[in-house]
Amino acid sequence: MEFRDAIRDAMSEEMRRDARVMLIGEEVAEYNGAYKVSRGMLDEFGARRVIDTPISESGFAGMAIGAAMMGLRPVVEFMSWSFSLVAADPILNNAPKMLFMSGGQFGCPIVFRGNDGAGGQLGSTHSWCVEGLFSNVPGIKMAIPATPDDAKGLMKTAIRDDDPVFFLESERLLGLKGEVPVGEDVLVKFGEARVRRAGADCTIASWGRPVHFCLEAAEALAKEGISCEVIDLRTIRPLDIGAIVRSVKKTSNLVVVDQSWSFGSPGSEVAAQIHQRCFDDLDNHVHRVHTEDVPAPYAFNLEQEYLPNARKICEAVRSATYNA
Amino acid sequence: MPTPTTDGKPSHDVHGGLPVPRRAANRPAPAAELLRAWYRELVLIREFEIRCMQAYQDKKIGGFCHVYIGQEAVAVGCVAALKPEDPLVTAYRDHGHALARGMTARACMAEMFGRVDGCAKGKGGSMHMFDKANNLFGGHGIVGAQTPLGAGLAFATKYQDEVINKGKSSRVTMCFLGDGALNQGSFHEALNLAGLMDLPVVYVVENNGYSMGTSIHRGTTQSHDLSSKALGYGIDASVIDGMNLLEVYHGMKDVVEKCRERSRPAFVDMRCYRYKGHSMSDPRKYRTRDEEEVWEQGDPIGIFEKYVLEQGAMTHDQIKAAQKDVKTEVRDAVQFADQSPVPPLTDLYHDVYREPWGRYTGTSEPQMYGGAQNPPTFRATREGEDLL
Repeated sequence: MEFRDAIRDAMSEEMRRDARVMLIGEEVAEYNGAYKVSRGMLDEFGARRVIDTPISESGFAGMAIGAAMMGLRPVVEFMSWSFSLVAADPILNNAPKMLFMSGGQFGCPIVFRGNDGAGGQLGSTHSWCVEGLFSNVPGIKMAIPATPDDAKGLMKTAIRDDDPVFFLESERLLGLKGEVPVGEDVLVKFGEARVRRAGADCTIASWGRPVHFCLEAAEALAKEGISCEVIDLRTIRPLDIGAIVRSVKKTSNLVVVDQSWSFGSPGSEVAAQIHQRCFDDLDNHVHRVHTEDVPAPYAFNLEQEYLPNARKICEAVRSATYNA
Repeated sequence: MPTPTTDGKPSHDVHGGLPVPRRAANRPAPAAELLRAWYRELVLIREFEIRCMQAYQDKKIGGFCHVYIGQEAVAVGCVAALKPEDPLVTAYRDHGHALARGMTARACMAEMFGRVDGCAKGKGGSMHMFDKANNLFGGHGIVGAQTPLGAGLAFATKYQDEVINKGKSSRVTMCFLGDGALNQGSFHEALNLAGLMDLPVVYVVENNGYSMGTSIHRGTTQSHDLSSKALGYGIDASVIDGMNLLEVYHGMKDVVEKCRERSRPAFVDMRCYRYKGHSMSDPRKYRTRDEEEVWEQGDPIGIFEKYVLEQGAMTHDQIKAAQKDVKTEVRDAVQFADQSPVPPLTDLYHDVYREPWGRYTGTSEPQMYGGAQNPPTFRATREGEDLL
């Protein structure tokens, strides 16, 4: 099953299970989704539950938050997370703070989802990786799946969650095929990382699309005799720091790979926490691989260089495991 | 309501706009019991705000404090036109709406004081009055931010009634905003969505002529006729005299019932005036004492007091007794708030998420679903599992 269909199945199953769940966003209904994630959902659920909106991010995001306060469980599609910046006030200033500022009276069980990240030569405004920017805000949860089965399990958990969940999909992964378990209760718990490859010499921690670059790098490094353990964090908030700690105690080295900019990013947070918690276990300082600290370029070769890739990860691992 | 002068003197009609239709004169007077209750609410809000100003000066209240003095008739009349189950959402000048909606003066004042007995346990403050039991969905601090929320509340009531319960939409959402919010994008997006989706929401613009210190004529196009803003979105608009409680009540009753019946949004240009500054830190040098005096002559409490006396709904003695009663209630609220404990420091970490959340922010420690009654089942993750 494709990644996009896994998300669709998760949403559809939850909508069948719970009448309070609805999908709202630009082109989600009659167009079947700009990236075809909601393909067929209008036919099944009708226009009352799969709702096309005008290009009006601030309006429909705020509207969905009001609906969530009233007890519905909206799934809001941002065609691209880049466009969510238009809705920054409702999604960052309202949704995550409602429970706190109402003293626990009004929660906001809502999922914001959409395509996140560069990689399609879309130029600077359409290529945001918002995890660094948005994960700074307490009150949100953030899930970033790397595989179709996780996409389904995390989405189902996100919809059932009582807090606002930011669900980041990479357009570059939507066509990825993989086994997806069936069954209504196939949930993936938030805050529980997944070890994607066992290894002894260096831990590589990542989430979302770069996990695949990490596995590619680990494969190449294995040929050089460097054994890497690859951890897919799956959610950034909550962050399964325990899984990284356990792995670092085994490998003594950590490379963290993050597709957002380096300054004040989840990758920086992981590095800081690991330095704090595993100082005596580390053979080397934590190495970070980030997107380059420049706006996203259009040119194909520049964009490839802009993003984290297997080559950069290999270099970081070699540097981390180097013993003079 | 003052009218523009023609003799060269400055106009005190801060709205400078269309004449306000009179509706109440042709209507039967509401029951005396209702009039007495409304009078008490008007006076309660006024007294509450006066005490807030004192408490603010005594440094018992911190932050921003936007008082509602002058606009009391709007909150009381609008809420009276609603049913208790109709959702209400408002902006940061929200004490009046909260009290009119039934929040106790104690809960409201304790919130202002940042105490644990406040409506939001002291975590919201003056601008964030929430009261779930009374269907008050909050005061909201960013100008205009509540307008899409209002559309969302209306969307949800309609969805719950029609999609989930297979019935007919029966609730009306009321969303208050100031005239300054008309220049925010969120207002226009919300009106467009409400119009497109046939949402039963009434947008009430408490048009007091000033967005902070900027007069409406300096900040808003078409300021003489705000209805043009709504008509552009195909939404019915009306003008109501917000200084006269009966006008507010009858006018809003018409608007709300039409909205309920047709499940269509509505827009109201509610003409009113705030006697005090935008917030406690505003010396209001952008307007004249002369202007304020003219408006004070048309004070909403004075107008209504005259009316209840004429109607024989209350005697002078009853009015005095009501005022005394309210003074006692508010004094008690201040005392209550003052004696209420400050929130325990552990409260800082509560209500961030529904489940417990650790002090080490953002990590999955402690176990997030540890306390849930029905923990969901999760797919086990095996070490070294590789599904690629």
